[in-house]
Amino acid sequence: MWDWGFALEILPTLAKAAIVTVQVTLLGFLIALSLGLALAAARIMQPWTAVPISLAVELIRSTPLLIQIFFLYFVGPSFGLTLDAMTAGILAIGLHYAAYCSEVYRAGFESVPRGQWEASVALNLGRWTTLRDIIIPQAIPPVVPALGNYLVALFKETPLLSAIAVMELMQSAKIIGSQTFRYNEPITLVGLFFLVMSLASAWAIRRVEAGINRRYRR
Amino acid sequence: MGLRGLAGLLALTIATIWYLSGLEDYRIFVPGLAQGAAMTVQITAAAAVLAVTAALVAALLKLYGPAPLRWLAVTYIEIFRGTSALVQLFWLYFVLPVFGITLEAYTAAVIGIGLNIGAYGAEVVRGAIVAVPRGQWEATVALNMSRAQALRRIILPQAFAAMIPPWGNLFIELLKTTALVSMITLGDLAFRAQQMNQTTMKTVQIFTLVLLIYLAMSLVITIAMRLLERRAGRGILRARAA
Amino acid sequence: MTEPMVSFENVTKRYGTLTVLDNLNLTIGRGEKVAIIGPSGSGKTTVLRMLMTLETIDGGVIRVEGEPLTHMERGGKLVPADQAHIRKVRAKIGMVFQSFNLFPHMTALQNCIEAPMKVLGLSREKAEARAMDLLDMVGMANRRDYYPSQLSGGQQQRVAIARALAMRPKVMLFDEVTSALDPELVGEVLQVIRKLGAEHDLTMLMVTHQMGFAKEFADRVCFFHSGRICEEGEPQAFFTNPQNERSRQFLRAVLEAG
Ligand SMILES: Nc1ncnc2c1ncn2[C@@H]1O[C@H](COP(=O)(O)OP(=O)(O)O)[C@@H](O)[C@H]1O
Ligand SMILES: [Mg+2]
Repeated sequence: MWDWGFALEILPTLAKAAIVTVQVTLLGFLIALSLGLALAAARIMQPWTAVPISLAVELIRSTPLLIQIFFLYFVGPSFGLTLDAMTAGILAIGLHYAAYCSEVYRAGFESVPRGQWEASVALNLGRWTTLRDIIIPQAIPPVVPALGNYLVALFKETPLLSAIAVMELMQSAKIIGSQTFRYNEPITLVGLFFLVMSLASAWAIRRVEAGINRRYRR
Repeated sequence: MGLRGLAGLLALTIATIWYLSGLEDYRIFVPGLAQGAAMTVQITAAAAVLAVTAALVAALLKLYGPAPLRWLAVTYIEIFRGTSALVQLFWLYFVLPVFGITLEAYTAAVIGIGLNIGAYGAEVVRGAIVAVPRGQWEATVALNMSRAQALRRIILPQAFAAMIPPWGNLFIELLKTTALVSMITLGDLAFRAQQMNQTTMKTVQIFTLVLLIYLAMSLVITIAMRLLERRAGRGILRARAA
Repeated sequence: MTEPMVSFENVTKRYGTLTVLDNLNLTIGRGEKVAIIGPSGSGKTTVLRMLMTLETIDGGVIRVEGEPLTHMERGGKLVPADQAHIRKVRAKIGMVFQSFNLFPHMTALQNCIEAPMKVLGLSREKAEARAMDLLDMVGMANRRDYYPSQLSGGQQQRVAIARALAMRPKVMLFDEVTSALDPELVGEVLQVIRKLGAEHDLTMLMVTHQMGFAKEFADRVCFFHSGRICEEGEPQAFFTNPQNERSRQFLRAVLEAG
């Protein structure tokens, strides 16, 4: 049932695909982190943006990532935006998680006491300077674990990109399966890879969280 | 967003779907998408029942089960939380037959998604149970209740209210995860959308409608859970006042 | 007669239907030290917060050195002020809060140089030199590299005073700056304020419950009640022989408690 020789044979192919998975994860998360922060900051600095942004966030979080991937990939060209599968996939996954991250940042911003804004006004600091130098440095550390959890969640959703044939782990496993009619080894190996990475990340997040708590209790 | 806002958004979404379905460009997709939507609802409902059951059992075993069962529960939770939902579906559908168990696509979908969300749900249930104040347990001991009685009559009802909001999020996740079943050939909404997209190339129309339908379904779930939360909250308040 | 430093002219403030300040008129001379006292909820904090532009005003005008704070003159007419105008006027005012509001991720020194560098455009050396002078004055020079969480309440409040002074304001606002402190730490903060009054020609507005301090330090006492100034006058007279029934009640209550 389980063929070790075959498993070893496909390992290099899967390893190559794993690199793509990691690339997609990191680039997607970079978009999620920066766009999410921009959205959360916009809500504070320009209150009128709160309604359109919260609508967009609601829309993105209420619909499947898979459909959003298709949407960007297939609908893009009708608006003159032709993206290759990898780019469309990274953008879609980044946008999707930007919606989640923006809510995390928002909670972080809200946890900074009003007095910090007021002291900044009293010191005549500009609003942007206040945001950058005073608010963000206090808002981010407590939400790092929550952001880390979304990194792991994003990572686990990268197999969806196989739906538009991005050569990440799942796609690679599917191709091996369809060529050799052996699905057992490739899919189990992919599962194990995700399991190990997720457990390791969960452990790392707990460490970071403990570190942050320690610093903040100072 | 408040309950009113959500209801307004739902009305707006449904009105838009209604309006679009009447347009020339969209009309041809309506029957196919309706079938797909029915499949999506069916899988969502069945998987939700399984998820809640699995979550309760796993949480109780992890908290109070004898060692081997406790380990089983922990393993289940870690494996299903630690790997991708899509990988799990593929494993159930393509790999399990190697071990002599062949599941129909629909069964694999319900089991895969139900167990996946159930693993996350188990942690929600466990968290809510642990959050019930110790004094409640101590009171049941003082009243000489058995542990099972205490759990069923005293602890779980109190934990219930705290579980509702996170379960609301999980049900949304569940609904969104059902889109993956299109990849094991089930004719859900996402599947129909891709199918019709390939034959007609009316990409914008199809995917706009599909997104709106998913949005409407999510909103129904959110609103239902909010109403449930309200009722449960009232119960607790009444209990506190009395 | 010289122009007053700050003047409130028929200033009204409402929260919804609640009128917190009702046609307030108050003029503060250059270098004058005014103590604001009164029962909780009488609008004392609101007066300071409006002057610091932390609250909008619903009627009347506040002037700082004759210039309207929330309005500006354009073509002979008063129009709502833009951000640049507000920041220009605000530069003359500093504030110390009841809850310190130090920036917790910055050391004492960093707290004191942030605004001088970012707002006044001082170089780091200049800003640090200025900050060290002030930290020295408040007795905190040896704690320059401590984070707020490593300092006692009294020490934090002294750093907060240095931080506000680093912007060289002409008017300093103190809102119950000793109320959040343990009793044994109140003295060190009041000592700093005393020193400040003696060494600098600052205009000071302080809301305080320390009647002894108000009596000895202030040039004038304003007693607030329900959003109005019920009685004001020279401290000796006010504390020994209050004219208004409400002031008498208030002083009696405070003396009994303290
Ligand atoms: N943000 C606010 N919203 C509504 N009411 C407020 C707000 N801030 C202050 N108030 C009310 O204004 C009144 C005056 O408050 P304040 O100036 O803080 O009084 P004091 O400092 O004299 O205790 C109080 O009745 C208070 O409840
Ligand atoms: Mg006050």
